[in-house]
Amino acid sequence: MTAHRLPNGGRVDRAAPVRFTYDGKRYTGLRGDTLASALIANGVLEVAPSSYRGRPRGIVTAGVDEPNALVLVDGSLLPATTLELHDGLSATGRSGVGRLTDSTDSVRHDKRYVHCDVLVVGGGPAGLAAAQAAGRTGARTILADERTELGGTLLATKGFDLSWPGLAEFPETRVLSRTTAVGYYDQNYVVLAQRNTLWHVRAKRVVLATGAHERPLVFADNDRPGVMLASAVREYVNRYAVAPGQNVVLATTNDSAYQVALDLIAAGITVSAIVDSRPEPPAALVNQVGVEVITGSAVTGTEGRHRVSAVHIGPDRSIPCDLLAVSGGWNPAVHMFSQAQGRVRYEERIAAFVPDTCPQDLEVVGAANATYELAACLAEGAAAGARAAHLAGFGGGTAPELPPVPAESDSAHRPVWMVEGDETLQFIDLQRDSTVADIRRATGAGLRSVEHVKRYTTVGTGLDQGRTGGVPAIGVIAELLGASSPGEVGTTTYRPPYTPVSFALLAGRDRGELHDPIRRTAMHSWHVAHGAVFEDVGQWKRPHHYPRAGEDAQAAVLRECTAARTGLAMMDASTLGKIEVQGPDAGEFLNRMYTNAFAKLAIGSCRYGMLCRADGMVFDDGVVLRLAEDRYLTTTTTGNAAAVLDWFEEWQQTEWPELRVRFTSVTEQWATIAVVGPGSRAALTPLLPDLDLSAAAFGFMTFRDTVLCNGVPARVARVSFSGELAFEINVATWHGLSTWELVANTGATPYGTETMHVLRAEKGFVIVGQDTDGTVTPQDLGMDWIVSKRKDFVGRRSFSRPDTARPDRRQLVGLLPVDPDDLLPEGAQLVAGGVPLTPPVPMLGHVTSSYRSAALGRTFALALVAGGRDLIGRELLAPLGNRVITATVTEPIFYDPEGTRRDG
Amino acid sequence: MLLIPCPWCGDRDETEFHYGGQAHVAYPQSPDALSDAQWAEYLFVRDNPKGEFAERWCHNAGCRRWFNLVRDTATHQIVVQR
Ligand SMILES: [Zn+2]
Repeated sequence: MTAHRLPNGGRVDRAAPVRFTYDGKRYTGLRGDTLASALIANGVLEVAPSSYRGRPRGIVTAGVDEPNALVLVDGSLLPATTLELHDGLSATGRSGVGRLTDSTDSVRHDKRYVHCDVLVVGGGPAGLAAAQAAGRTGARTILADERTELGGTLLATKGFDLSWPGLAEFPETRVLSRTTAVGYYDQNYVVLAQRNTLWHVRAKRVVLATGAHERPLVFADNDRPGVMLASAVREYVNRYAVAPGQNVVLATTNDSAYQVALDLIAAGITVSAIVDSRPEPPAALVNQVGVEVITGSAVTGTEGRHRVSAVHIGPDRSIPCDLLAVSGGWNPAVHMFSQAQGRVRYEERIAAFVPDTCPQDLEVVGAANATYELAACLAEGAAAGARAAHLAGFGGGTAPELPPVPAESDSAHRPVWMVEGDETLQFIDLQRDSTVADIRRATGAGLRSVEHVKRYTTVGTGLDQGRTGGVPAIGVIAELLGASSPGEVGTTTYRPPYTPVSFALLAGRDRGELHDPIRRTAMHSWHVAHGAVFEDVGQWKRPHHYPRAGEDAQAAVLRECTAARTGLAMMDASTLGKIEVQGPDAGEFLNRMYTNAFAKLAIGSCRYGMLCRADGMVFDDGVVLRLAEDRYLTTTTTGNAAAVLDWFEEWQQTEWPELRVRFTSVTEQWATIAVVGPGSRAALTPLLPDLDLSAAAFGFMTFRDTVLCNGVPARVARVSFSGELAFEINVATWHGLSTWELVANTGATPYGTETMHVLRAEKGFVIVGQDTDGTVTPQDLGMDWIVSKRKDFVGRRSFSRPDTARPDRRQLVGLLPVDPDDLLPEGAQLVAGGVPLTPPVPMLGHVTSSYRSAALGRTFALALVAGGRDLIGRELLAPLGNRVITATVTEPIFYDPEGTRRDG
Repeated sequence: MLLIPCPWCGDRDETEFHYGGQAHVAYPQSPDALSDAQWAEYLFVRDNPKGEFAERWCHNAGCRRWFNLVRDTATHQIVVQR
């Protein structure tokens, strides 16, 4: 045993030594210690110096509110005061500033989602009474407590029996220790952090028994090691049996410090004096402690170098000591209550912000509700627990009988916000090294709102989020502004999380491959085996190109393009969204949705269609097949499939419920293979023995249901997104791979999304979301032909709005760089030719698509340009920082404008 | 995380739903009969009260049905179901 470990008492296991390392030095503590209590047991009170001013600092608290004793353990910055000691623990002191590690967190984190009738937050006396009263009714009860052991302040109270009746016996009651409620959201959704598990709890009723945090006092050199919260001193002595000092002075504004003095004296520690701000503290307390009580006074300064050696009470009095225990009053821990949108009010008698009203189904009990006497805490907790269970449907609402407890006193407090002395040494926020002088500078600069002062001085922005310094700061602001009370100043907003939560815990298993679902087509394994380079399109993995040995991406794409234009090529188009639209009113419904008409589309035919939002802006496009009188198959862009289904359902349900039509996503049911190129007809003829593939028998924009040579049923459509002769083979997904292999055996060159993009751009076919951005109408794209003049549809009225009809709207045009080898970057801004390139230069538009074309033997681009159609033949400039590309404006079509190639 | 009462499925977490903005803004019967200003009003202008607000939700990850409810935009309490 060290001299600092008391000979008896405490909740530590003296038979279980624990070895640990702090700042590279080896120490021994006991099981049951925190790192902080073990350090104190080894005579270490001083920790890392302060972040900004390098001043010596010591352990101040015994809980989550610790501003100084922060340590780095395995990459996490943690308070030593809550860190359980374990064998081999290795911690490095850090002054409130952590450091990101570059190693991956290999610990597995998990999430759990639970529902309960009553959630009790806090396992101190009030919370225990509440959980017991609720649990015994059979209500599903969860008690969450942040510490290793239940009991809260009872752990630091001598002579109290902690064996709490019942909790373990209630089958529907779950006790979560080491569990901190970090976030309180709407409708009693509370997030609990328990080491490697994040609990998402939805509770019918919540009882908040979150306790209170003791406030420090503000005076010159109040940051010196050896200045500690009185409640922390009591906890170290009673719970951990360690003595942070041997000769103690207590400074207080309230009754609670007197009990601390009694406990210290009982432990054989000298208490030299109690400095009480109140002129007349309760005589019973003064008589009971039997030490000098200096009334109506406050500590104004300290002496010492790395440790307090004396305290000053005004200019005339100095008392030697090695520990100054301070109690500046108590802040009810209203964080959870405030996150739940509860309002707080200032209570003069105890000089603290206390819970007032809250819209959620919760109650606050015990010290969190500014009820500080033990008997009252128990009664309040038990009543609230029984009431919560009753309101959730369990029990009659009557509180159980409670054990008798000794009486305590809590007479009026007298806060001391400011004392005489050097304000640059009067620390408010130890972690941020901010002082009364900083706040005076802020208010002197005209700041009045506590939120502004917080941001100006950084008070309350450290790891402890103002748990110790927050209210003292408000008290100082109130005095400096001459406010009637801190209540007039108000508090800053309490935001989650209550204590820091690691990203790894928030992520749980949603990391790496599991971060987002991955969608793969039926042919994915073939693509992998054939060396495809993939790109993400929404959640889909799509082949971008298939490089051969020695080929770069550009060479591969040019080769794939050439194959499609001059020979035979194939692409996996399975990711296109597919929605079946069924019902007697399907045709009428599609007529109202699409800009062009579908009601009279012949069965067996396809038609390209465009969807606009009500504001007339292009939303999606795709080919629609009419399968039967009452049945259509619509296709959507890959990324928009879910949004289009939502869109259809919204209009049908909310505007036209009388239309008999329903929608089913069939994207995953079909595998789709586009077979493209002048050689496609010949190649497919043996594969499709039942079909006459000639242009006369199987016309463009029609489809056939047939059976492939291998017996697989297929739907074949003559649609083309490349301008070449093309057939689109659709089979059930489970036949996708074998059908793909069948087509690949014909010698077709597989191509990816990049080649698809080049081929369509050569033809001037737009890609919604690339060449459009939600501000583009069909007319802007030069696609007036797809807008029906004979029917109404969603968006039509908007085309005659003055803004939509402006002649200088951005319009789709083609661009040919003057140097045919210059590739315009997509997104490049465009300005008029012949203007000086010194800002400001009017931006006329931007490049939306840009490629090298094998067919054209040069580069080309599509762009949206203000009044672009009137600029055809003119030159535009793309300033690119260190160079400028000049390009000629053209019609947005570059290849086979007559459309002669689609029939082969 | 709101707890939203779906009239078909019961209480479900907000993540299952899709927000649809202000309720009771019907698609105009005859868009052509509206002035440009009236049409723009329909397209772009919505109420933004502090307090009770009738709004549309769709239970996307559940029954996929649209419904209306009244939410207090200041407290997020769901007041009545309409
Ligand atoms: Zn539902």
